[in-house]
Parts: sequence; C-alpha cells; structure tokens
Amino acid sequence: MLTAEDKKLIQQIWGKLGGAEEDVGADTLWRMFHAYPPTKTYFPHFDLSQGSDQIRGHGKKVVAALGKAIKNIDNLSQALSELSNLHAYNLRVDPPRFFSQLLSQCLQVVLAVRLGKEYTPEVHSAVDKFMSAVAAVLAEKYR
Amino acid sequence: MVHWSAEEKQLIAGVWAKVNVEECGAEALARLLIVYPWTQRFFDNFGNLSSPTAIIGNPKVRAHGKKVLTSFGEAIKNLDNIKGTYSKLSELHCEKLHVDPENFRLLGDILVIVLASHFGREFTPACQFAWQKLVGVVAHALARKYH
Repeated sequence: MLTAEDKKLIQQIWGKLGGAEEDVGADTLWRMFHAYPPTKTYFPHFDLSQGSDQIRGHGKKVVAALGKAIKNIDNLSQALSELSNLHAYNLRVDPPRFFSQLLSQCLQVVLAVRLGKEYTPEVHSAVDKFMSAVAAVLAEKYR
Repeated sequence: MVHWSAEEKQLIAGVWAKVNVEECGAEALARLLIVYPWTQRFFDNFGNLSSPTAIIGNPKVRAHGKKVLTSFGEAIKNLDNIKGTYSKLSELHCEKLHVDPENFRLLGDILVIVLASHFGREFTPACQFAWQKLVGVVAHALARKYH
C-alpha cells in the first residue's frame, strides 16, 4: 500500500510540524466535532467546548499515536497493536467512517491550513493512504 | 429544503468571492485523479494521466475542473434550491456518465482540502463546517435522480 516515496513524504511532513503537535491534535478534534456533530456521540463524558482541556489532552494523545505509527511505519500492526485492542473491544468506534473519513479529513484540513502549498497532491495522497492504513490496523480485531 | 443560517451563507460567499474558479477547479479535479486513481476510469479520453505531473498539466483536466467548479458556483447562487439546480446534472451523471455518487463525496472533501491550503487560518472550523455542509448537499443533490 504505502510506497517508499509515500513513507518519505509522510515523515518529512510530520517533521515540519516541529512542536506544534498538540495544537494540531486539538485543532483536528475540534474541527471534527464541529463539522461532524455525530462524532460527539462517542465523547458524552467530555467537555466539548472550544479549547477544553479534555479536547487538548485527547488531541495530544491522538497525534502522539500517529507520530508513533509514523516512526514505525514499516510495522503499523505491531506499533498500534494495543490501540487496536482498545478500539475493538472497548471503544468500538466505526473504523472506516470515523478514522478513514472524518478524522482523516479534519487532520488533512489542519495540515493543509498549516502547510499551504507544501500540502502538494503527492503529500495529500500519501497522508490519505497512511490514514487508511491506520484505520485498517485499528479495525483489525473488530471481528 | 436545506436550511442555511446567515452565518453559513456569509462564510460560503466570503470564501467563494476570493476563489479563482479555474485554478481551484483544476487543482481539485487533479487531486481527485491523483489521490484516488481509480476515478481515472471516467476519463479515458483525457489523454496522459500517467503521473501527478502529467495530470496536473493535462489541459483536459484543467478545463473539466473549471467546468465542475463553475457549476458549484451555480449552487452557491441558489443555496435555497440546490436540488433543482442539479436536477439535470444528476440525471446526466446517472444515465450517461454512470458515475458512482460516492465520487461526488470524494471530490467534495478534496475541494475542502484545496480551500484549506489556499486560505490557511482564514479557513476556520466554522468555515470548514459550512463548506463540508455545502459539498455534502451538492453531492446529495447530484445523487438524487439516480435510478
């Protein structure tokens, strides 16, 4: 799925975030809750107001997990194994819709906002494929 | 009928006023063909689509991209009757072009990303919400006459 070129582009682009990972996470989640209100149904226990500590905290977790996945891009299955269990048995979030579509779309909008022209079609393609791969791994144990 | 708040209309119009329809349309369609290569199946007669560079430089892609986004402009002029605006195009995409409506959703999402990359921080979460809603409504209207 992910070519060598895709992996290189993803690692490069992630490198450009230089410390802004927490902001990227919070921005992504806030946009997702705002643009796709049904996603809020998975967080009834959260304070979902803008800038909430819980959104920031969770955004940071999500981005850290993605960062770990990128560092271990040749073995996503192993790198995300615990998260895969968590999502399959506890969280049970609909994987193709939630991750591939909604979270991916919002993360990509945030990256595009920050990177402008640097978010080239090739980078766009690589990130889209990466998020699909992550979604597939997280869904591995669903049934 | 879809309800648009005054704020949503303003966010849509505000962005649209600054959009270069030819450039944005070309970019959105090129990205569709690059990011989701299977969509090239609808464009057999477009010539060279063999690489991202070829796609981006392809004059037929540019021209068609412009056409598609120009038609989006019609939806924006008629926010209160998007269904009617796209009625004939819906029939066309079903009966003649045989396009799976899922592709309209893909293109819509890509358009949002293109706008985000052009407008940067100006493309706020509220802005994204209005535009995701718009592309969703357009995709729905284009799928409406399928049978």
